[in-house]
Amino acid sequence: MSGFLEIRGLSARLAGTGQRLLRAVDISLPAGSVRGLVGESGAGKSMIGKAVLGVLPKAVEIVEGEILLDGQDLLKVPPAERRRLIGAKAALIPQDPLTALNPSRRIGPQITDRLVDILGWEKARAASRALEVLAEVSIPEPERVMRLYPHELSGGMRQRILIASAFAAEPKLIVADEPTTALDVTVQKQILKLISALQARHGTALLFVTHDLGVVSKVCDTLSVLYAGKVVEDTTVERFFAAPQHPYSRALLAATPRHTDPAASLQPVPQAVIDAAMAEIAAADAAWSAHG
Amino acid sequence: MLDGRGLIRRRAGARLWLSGLWLTVFVLAAVLAPLISPQDPLAQDLMLERLPPAWVAGSEPGYWLGTDSLGRDVLSRIIYGAQVALAVALVAGLATCLIGSALGLVAGFYRGWADRIISRIVDIWMAFPPVLFAILLIAVLGTGLTSVILAIVIIDWTRFCRVVRAETLNQSKMDYVHSAKVAGFTRLRTLLSEILPNVLPVIVALLTLEMGIAVIVEAILSFVNLSISTDQPTWGGMIAEGRTSIHQAWWVLVFPLIALFFTVLSFAQFGEGLRERFDPVLR
Amino acid sequence: MADSIFQVSDLRVDVPDMTRKPLFGAAPRLEILKGISFEIPRGAVLGIVGGSGSGKTTLGRTLVRLVEPNAGRLLFDGRDIAHLSDAGMRPLRPRIQMIFQDPMSSLNPRLTVGRTIAAPLGAKVSDARVKAALEQVGLPADFAGRYPHELSGGQRQRVGIARAIAMRPDFILADEIVSGLDVSSQAQVLMLLEQLVADLGLTLVFISHDLSVIRRLCSRVIVLRAGEIVEDAATADLFERPRHAYTRELLDAIPIPDPSVRW
Ligand SMILES: Nc1ncnc2c1ncn2[C@@H]1O[C@H](COP(=O)(O)OP(=O)(O)OP(=O)(O)O)[C@@H](O)[C@H]1O
Ligand SMILES: Nc1ncnc2c1ncn2[C@@H]1O[C@H](COP(=O)(O)OP(=O)(O)OP(=O)(O)O)[C@@H](O)[C@H]1O
Ligand SMILES: [Mg+2]
Ligand SMILES: [Mg+2]
Repeated sequence: MSGFLEIRGLSARLAGTGQRLLRAVDISLPAGSVRGLVGESGAGKSMIGKAVLGVLPKAVEIVEGEILLDGQDLLKVPPAERRRLIGAKAALIPQDPLTALNPSRRIGPQITDRLVDILGWEKARAASRALEVLAEVSIPEPERVMRLYPHELSGGMRQRILIASAFAAEPKLIVADEPTTALDVTVQKQILKLISALQARHGTALLFVTHDLGVVSKVCDTLSVLYAGKVVEDTTVERFFAAPQHPYSRALLAATPRHTDPAASLQPVPQAVIDAAMAEIAAADAAWSAHG
Repeated sequence: MLDGRGLIRRRAGARLWLSGLWLTVFVLAAVLAPLISPQDPLAQDLMLERLPPAWVAGSEPGYWLGTDSLGRDVLSRIIYGAQVALAVALVAGLATCLIGSALGLVAGFYRGWADRIISRIVDIWMAFPPVLFAILLIAVLGTGLTSVILAIVIIDWTRFCRVVRAETLNQSKMDYVHSAKVAGFTRLRTLLSEILPNVLPVIVALLTLEMGIAVIVEAILSFVNLSISTDQPTWGGMIAEGRTSIHQAWWVLVFPLIALFFTVLSFAQFGEGLRERFDPVLR
Repeated sequence: MADSIFQVSDLRVDVPDMTRKPLFGAAPRLEILKGISFEIPRGAVLGIVGGSGSGKTTLGRTLVRLVEPNAGRLLFDGRDIAHLSDAGMRPLRPRIQMIFQDPMSSLNPRLTVGRTIAAPLGAKVSDARVKAALEQVGLPADFAGRYPHELSGGQRQRVGIARAIAMRPDFILADEIVSGLDVSSQAQVLMLLEQLVADLGLTLVFISHDLSVIRRLCSRVIVLRAGEIVEDAATADLFERPRHAYTRELLDAIPIPDPSVRW
């Protein structure tokens, strides 16, 4: 079965130095399911999300591979068409609710602009849709909130608004890039439950970027473990937490805090595991450049 | 580590080299004027009036850029004019920078009454239209190099003060300043060894900009005949004279203009280039 | 009591609430800490947890006297430092150190790592002391020549730790120092801290909004909510028998990495 989002053999590198950032990444995400993208800082998690949404930094170039969104290869369509496709079918929940909203504009227009400008909705329809989604993310008095400025709301409220904004256009795919790292644990729990509930109700496919395996175990169906831009393990959540296959995955799990078992958690990734993973990547790189 | 940080290095820009080259020529010309200028810049010779530059028919050997309507050598006058421009750029630029930056640092770091007084004065100062202010000042102080420099300093210190104060305020909120307090640094030491290095790039950029502005202001004042006595050649004065004979002798106007243009441009580019080259955060 | 390094009683901090300031006249006061009392035994590792805005940072910054309390007593080594002036605090500063949450803004971007560590130690310090501090936090000696932006988040946080321990303090405050790090750097930094506390006999206050990182490190935990202490207990007790509903809420909010545990 092919997924709603299908990434095949995606490789990317830094234009200036040629440093490889993504190494033949394969990811399949069926409609309505949730995939976690985990790995340490710099592994390339955000890079994949950005590639899917077509917002890669200029310095990064895609070397080869396909990104199929609903069967259409995004890398083969002209840029204007690609933007329209992505705008209609995908959305982003960003990491930092403090900077993702424009501080000098009211909340309402920030939600409706996208609907009006990209999808060509009428203003009235966009406004009523905005009210609807704000109510859906449990924001009290949505009419009043639409007229407020971002700084008049708490971090948790702002993240709800970003979620509402992402779901407003009924996208079939949402990329959430560490949507809760800026929030404290109790608010994180509310927000994650909210995302899960909305995702399930609307049957949205969700690509969930995080470095926290605890969060993955609560919201994802499948996951990909990334190391240095390479997927080292691609499996279901049940199988992963029962028995992680790759040594790096095991080390990552042992590094995750787990207060019910403090002795077996928060263990730094052993140098031997890092060395082995790097060796594996070097070997794959060598094979790749030999055949290319 | 697994990331691209530190792999992206900027090249030491052509910007820095080109502007640095021009400024070196400029400074050397000013300092060595008596040695290198081919003619006496003040010597008039009506037999030689309005000679064209060396590559145009009818030129005279030894007068590379031609002569003006009184027969004075344009190249030599430009070289001597660089003296005034350099003096104004250095003295006015540095004085403005020192006064404005010091007040800005104090206001932004210590806040309180010092800030209130300084900011109020700046506000009042900025309410005067600068050009009128300058002409008024010269009228009071009398013409002459010192007056021009004084006028520039008196008018322009507010530019430094405002920008440096804002930047100092920003930096003061950073945790590294709190960290200096936890380490037991005195306030003065925190200002000088922690905050100043972070405000310095802004100061340098403003300084080089100010040097260019000072050169222009002097030229404008010379142009309206409010600057220096007539026996010292200045670029502004030459441009004013050249204007009257633009149809007969374009070179009298064009060459000092070019010198002025490249000097002002180079100052600004030099500041930007210095930053690219030496600011560790950009490097 | 001689074996307490800090004794805090009825500590209050309030600030003018500028959002509610009337056009004329003084702004109403916003209470951030509402009368807090506790002690920190010498050599203890104390955790302070609470949600966002509960006043953890304010409490921490008051302990190291970046903030002056409005009321209450703050005894360090038996001496009330609540209202000491900057100059009065200065002789005590080397003994009371802090590691900041955001390692990017707490390191001077235009000073090298070496100078950042050496500066508070005075003019005469040798490179050896800087090198020793770097070594203690597991960084190679040649990092002394690097600028903060040339380091990863975890490395920057190690530099913050190196700077604090190079002063040979009695007390260190660590405010959310691992919240910005990924799990593997988190684990490394926590291990490092654990080991340093044991080796150097430090007293440590560790602020976090996440109880799961506290369990490993701390001997006692204070739970803060809206500027008040709601629970103050030994770590094991707190995790096994949380008494206050808010503590249970914080515990329940932690996603345990196991899909079979309901959340
Ligand atoms: N604009 C850019 N220019 C050059 N390199 C970049 C740029 N953005 C990211 N990189 C590099 O690409 C790699 C992958 O970055 P990415 O942001 O995907 O990491 P990540 O897994 O999301 O990490 P984090 O958990 O820190 O967000 C890193 O090595 C990073 O240094
Ligand atoms: N200078 C100030 N002026 C006004 N309000 C302040 C000031 N400092 C802190 N506050 C308020 O005091 C409360 C407590 O802040 P504090 O930073 O101590 O919380 P915290 O527990 O550290 O939260 P977080 O987990 O978000 O860091 C917050 O509501 C904050 O908005
Ligand atoms: Mg990322
Ligand atoms: Mg805080």
